[in-house]
Amino acid sequence: MPTTSRLEQCFAALKQQDRPALVSYLTAGDPDPETSHRLIHGLPAAGVDIIELGMPFSDPMADGPAIQKAALRALNNGQTQAKTLEMVRRFREDNTTTPIVLMGYYNPIFCYGVERFLADAAKAGIDGLIVVDLPPEHDEELCQPAARHGIDFIRLATPTTDAKRLPRVLGNASGFIYYVSVAGVTGGNAPTPERLENAVGELRAKTDLPIAVGFGIRTAEQAAIIGRYSDGVVVGSALVDCIEHAANPDDAVERVHGLVRELAASLYTCRTLCEVVD
Amino acid sequence: MNKPIDLSHLAAPKATSLPDINGMFGSFGGRFVAETLMPLILELQEEYTAAKSDPEFQRQLAYFQGDYIGRPSPLYFAERLTEHLGGASVYFKREELNHTGAHKINNCIGQVLLAKQMGKKRIIAETGAGMHGVATATVAARFGLPCVIYMGETDIERQQTNVFRMKLLGAEIIPVTSGTGTLKDAMNEALRDWVTNVDDTFYIIGTVAGPHPYPAMVRDFQAVIGHETRTQMLEKHGRLPDSLIACVGGGSNALGLFYPFIDDADVQMIGVEAGGKGVKSGLHAASLNGGTPGVLHGNRTYLLQNEDGQITDAHSISAGLDYPGIGPEHAWLHEQKRVDYVSATDDEALEAFQLCCRQEGIIPALETAHALAEVAKRAPALPREHLMVINLSGRGDKDMMSVAQHLGEKFGVKPTSP
Repeated sequence: MPTTSRLEQCFAALKQQDRPALVSYLTAGDPDPETSHRLIHGLPAAGVDIIELGMPFSDPMADGPAIQKAALRALNNGQTQAKTLEMVRRFREDNTTTPIVLMGYYNPIFCYGVERFLADAAKAGIDGLIVVDLPPEHDEELCQPAARHGIDFIRLATPTTDAKRLPRVLGNASGFIYYVSVAGVTGGNAPTPERLENAVGELRAKTDLPIAVGFGIRTAEQAAIIGRYSDGVVVGSALVDCIEHAANPDDAVERVHGLVRELAASLYTCRTLCEVVD
Repeated sequence: MNKPIDLSHLAAPKATSLPDINGMFGSFGGRFVAETLMPLILELQEEYTAAKSDPEFQRQLAYFQGDYIGRPSPLYFAERLTEHLGGASVYFKREELNHTGAHKINNCIGQVLLAKQMGKKRIIAETGAGMHGVATATVAARFGLPCVIYMGETDIERQQTNVFRMKLLGAEIIPVTSGTGTLKDAMNEALRDWVTNVDDTFYIIGTVAGPHPYPAMVRDFQAVIGHETRTQMLEKHGRLPDSLIACVGGGSNALGLFYPFIDDADVQMIGVEAGGKGVKSGLHAASLNGGTPGVLHGNRTYLLQNEDGQITDAHSISAGLDYPGIGPEHAWLHEQKRVDYVSATDDEALEAFQLCCRQEGIIPALETAHALAEVAKRAPALPREHLMVINLSGRGDKDMMSVAQHLGEKFGVKPTSP
């Protein structure tokens, strides 16, 4: 029986409501397993549409200091791949609609065993994977096996992806396209608005998949501007910073969900408000 | 005098065909990098392929190898060490005599010429012991390019002389505090810099690791070591050596020596990993002897990691071998059993270090001392006709402080008169 995926249903519903998805990134197990569970559990109610859950890795080459530290906090508190999957399974006990995408690096998946990982991930209720260090040249490693397990492989397109290369990047992509707004690491410089809007426009001409934009987006204002023309806005380092600066676990939960509510409110109205302004 | 025999069939090694077009050595190697870097490494691959058959590039490379680095480096018969060990004839391939004191510059000259050709305006590199950092800072100065070196804080502490050398050469040294503050973290930071400065920056990787084409490219630039050894041994003895020994961290000096002999089945090859406090102790840097396959820094290879795929700390007395991975071609040669990979402990290396100083009047790098330790183990049981070549990959000036510390010597304290 062909069914539509949670990601498809999510983007279809958002299209109806004419608003972009708020995609939040948090590292699984940061700062500790129980607080992390509370953080994730409360995200949909605070306004998150899609949850990106980081699989901590000791050597996150594509991440800036905020997410590197988050990974270390999680690992130092005993986070493992198995615990990350268990966290998703627990989340699914009372949420069967919010899509969850695991994000990270290939090595922890490779060491877990690709087939075993995909089977366990599908069973836990994972909808997609973003694996930073698996370009299309290595699609046979994980992208193609994931498709066989009904798990989307979300591809990153970047400012360096030129027209010649783009078809290859889009080739086996599914779920949505993650446009990396700046050449750099997570939590770095903010993108230039005009260049970014053009880039998303060019990308849209080449794919029917929804396009979410991430890297360097920290505030509700930035999110609102990008949300006018993208199908989703990803915020990560700014949320992770909330955890770092929190006095205690309760404070971390309050700060993270507080920022999420702010971002969500701004994305709810970004398209209607700007019409008025225009 | 013997009639000269035709050695032409031995003079040129057969072409080995790996890596394949995707940069794979069997299941190792590859291009496991973020999309932002993919177009850059594809461009680099194209440029490098073109340079290989570009006579002008090759002419320039040969010029700098000769007049700037001082190649060819001698193949020296270590007579006293041979006598002392009482077995195989031991030869030193004197890479420590190169400009900057190690084999590292062979690769840096090649890569900086490529950087110039590609119109890049800025050089970055990672360094562990500082030898690659010094070699990179050197070629950057020579070609007038600004240079940023990433170096772990732990390594800065134990390699202060090299830090100062790099500064004198005009490089900016960025201390890396993330992770464990050693070579792997320096490599992470260099990759982060590269992904942020994609337009104008050339990343000179110092070993036969990283995404394709680096492992093959660095190997090719270092293969001058093996090519010369081949010619020199043929001149001296009219035959190929029986065994080759080199230390292995990332593995560039070893592969540089081994590569031109890979297809000569009779030439035995031994790579020596840093055994630290002993491979069983868990405190070592022996990726092949004590690691498992995984993916890090753009390639699949053997890594020191836990069962969950988290990279663990390497440990070695020598900063240059203190890396939790190894070049992917070594992983392949290990699985093919073409090269025998063994390990030497910190203590064995220290002992061989002193042996070399006293027997040959040559102060080797601590990295190189690991290979010397294996020579000391192997040579005594072999006949004098056995021709053993060790890559004397670097000189030990940079290691004075750490060796002194390990031997209980204090600097700045006057020897007490009796």
